[in-house]
Amino acid sequence: MRAEAVEAMMPYLSELYANPSGSHRFARRARQAVDEARDTVARVVGCHPNEVVFTGCGTESDNMAIVGAIARRGGVALCPAVEHHAVLHVVEHLDGRSSGGHASGRGSVVGVDAFGRVDLDELAAILGATPDVTIVSVMAVNNEVGTITDIAEVARVVRRHAPDALLHTDAVQSACWLDLRDITPHVDLLSLSAHKFGGPKGVGVLVERGGPKVDPLLVGGGQERERRSGTHNTAGIVAAAVALDLTDRERVDENVRLVALRDRLVDGLRDRLDGITETVPREYKVAGSAHVCITGIESEALLFLLDEAGVCASAASACASGAMEPSHVLAAMGVDRSMALGALRLTLGQTTMAADIERAVDVIGAAVDQLRRHHPTPAVADVSAPTTLDPIASAS
Amino acid sequence: MKVMCAMSGGVDSSVAALLLQQAGHDVVGVTMKLWGGDSDTGCCSVSDVDDARRVAQQLGIDHLVFNFGDDFDEHVVAPYIDAHTRGVTPNPCIECNRSVKFARLAERADLLGFDAVATGHHANIGRSANGRYTLVRGSDAAKDQSYVVHMLDQAQLARTMFPVGGMQKADLRALAASIDLRTATKPDSQDVCFITSIGGRIAFLGARIPFRSGTVVDADGTRLGEVESVELVTVGQRKGLGVPGGGPKRYVLDVDTASATVTVGSHADLLRSELIVDRMSWVDGPVDGSVLMQCSAHGRALPATVSAAEEADAIVVRWDEPQRRIAPGQSVVAYDPTNTRALGGGICR
Repeated sequence: MRAEAVEAMMPYLSELYANPSGSHRFARRARQAVDEARDTVARVVGCHPNEVVFTGCGTESDNMAIVGAIARRGGVALCPAVEHHAVLHVVEHLDGRSSGGHASGRGSVVGVDAFGRVDLDELAAILGATPDVTIVSVMAVNNEVGTITDIAEVARVVRRHAPDALLHTDAVQSACWLDLRDITPHVDLLSLSAHKFGGPKGVGVLVERGGPKVDPLLVGGGQERERRSGTHNTAGIVAAAVALDLTDRERVDENVRLVALRDRLVDGLRDRLDGITETVPREYKVAGSAHVCITGIESEALLFLLDEAGVCASAASACASGAMEPSHVLAAMGVDRSMALGALRLTLGQTTMAADIERAVDVIGAAVDQLRRHHPTPAVADVSAPTTLDPIASAS
Repeated sequence: MKVMCAMSGGVDSSVAALLLQQAGHDVVGVTMKLWGGDSDTGCCSVSDVDDARRVAQQLGIDHLVFNFGDDFDEHVVAPYIDAHTRGVTPNPCIECNRSVKFARLAERADLLGFDAVATGHHANIGRSANGRYTLVRGSDAAKDQSYVVHMLDQAQLARTMFPVGGMQKADLRALAASIDLRTATKPDSQDVCFITSIGGRIAFLGARIPFRSGTVVDADGTRLGEVESVELVTVGQRKGLGVPGGGPKRYVLDVDTASATVTVGSHADLLRSELIVDRMSWVDGPVDGSVLMQCSAHGRALPATVSAAEEADAIVVRWDEPQRRIAPGQSVVAYDPTNTRALGGGICR
């Protein structure tokens, strides 16, 4: 977490601990903090404060958008195959429910191109053939490979072929890299997660433009204008707003700084190692993302050596057991399984410094050498794994 | 030494990790994610992984999960299914040891700079006077698992540790309880990990292969009855053959899935004087002469004489006394005449 965000939240864990929904003076101070946080978020996102709903995480925001849309209006949900599981599994689950337990095959999941961008022709075709699409969900930045999708372009297709459908974007990976004000006007719903921009874990945002579009997931005390019941996480909401504001102020400079570092990292790895491929060309990616496929190694083994050397890494996506799962993103992009085997995801962020880059290149280079020395031919398995240079911007 | 301890989430491997740590080794615990489908402990055996991780946390060692699901599907699950379509009764736990635990995991450990892989098996590794490794039965005779690790050769034994092989199970549980390991009273696993106790083998196979009804005949071809699924019939089986009761006891002598025919006969018809064993692996090179042969995980070892068969990697086992036919696909393991050392094993033809 950003130090400023930690500092901002501390009073609300001690002397200002009151429930913002209360009626006494301490409650009013907490309430003011939540209101001001909402104003800050609205300013950075580019919406009205009353369009901001604080939730418990990005996954909740995604679920609220999609489940809530279907609950309110029926019909089906669509998303590209590279979405985060917080969207993809919801869409697949709803599709299964609407057709008696099995995917209907009606194309609730849309294909992508080799860079991971939704196939707009296929999207248009499915929208044309499926009159009851209620919501389309397309991520602005892919968490695994860093690909940017032009949401304005997606919006044009959706509005033209399904004028009544809602458009949701999972912008969880976007806040550090893109101006959200450029995205928000094109969508009905937008999800954020505070821990992706230096805020605390356990705070999410759902933007509902133009008033309520979906049914709430949580019903109860009627907090968040009855959009999301549950006692406010005042400290978390305050810290999230501080982190988002700082991220927004620093975004342009950070993009410049981190593009340079990212390029040094990827160029350094390419100079150091044979058999390394950039999964997506840099011009299609956000600054903080480096994703490469390294031949002759398995990510799972590489991550162990990186961890041992003090380079902290985590899985692209892990199942409930903690085992790394084959990347659905790379599979959807058509990346060959033997390539995906050696996928390595590196994320740069606010705390990443030039020295980290030199060290990462050294450690990764040495680890790959060790694995290749022992293991001249790649074995089976298919794992995509990120290495996180920056704990704040860590993608998942 | 730097030791990778395979931790299943059971008490044996929990104590194995503890003993390694107490012996001063640098221990990392690894749980293999092998099966992604239903199991008795949840999808991907999540609760077992949780137990392994919590034990590792208590011991203060690192714990990792390696996903060897593809290997498990390829080398264990797919052959298991295929074997049933051929009327063969495989032992998937042995194939998992052969192809995953002591192959894939051991290679990974080697690659990552570990000196050895340890497991919670009840077996012991000894050294003979000439320095060769021996595979010795576990000290707790009732828990001995040398049968399921019989495929280890000299190179593998040199890099394998069985820390609990010398313990009695009761002492092992007492040790686990004494430091409050959460797995101390966890029941031993009994069954194949990818077969649920509710659905069993029938539900697992039924979802993957079509069952065909089969005709039950006696040795001269007389039709005696019908079985619902010939794929589920095993040589030696006596019950569930759709043959009216009251007559002499009838045993399955042979299963021919191609013609969906189950041949039955008397106990005497089931007796065989010899047995061919394929895919032999040897702990320390081929052996012939007098041995004791064990044909199931906790079966009695029976006296026999073994010699090389015509085919490479196959042996002929001549029983001292005629024995019931062993179901094709079963693993049989040779022990020395004192019944302490496993010499090698293979798969019954």
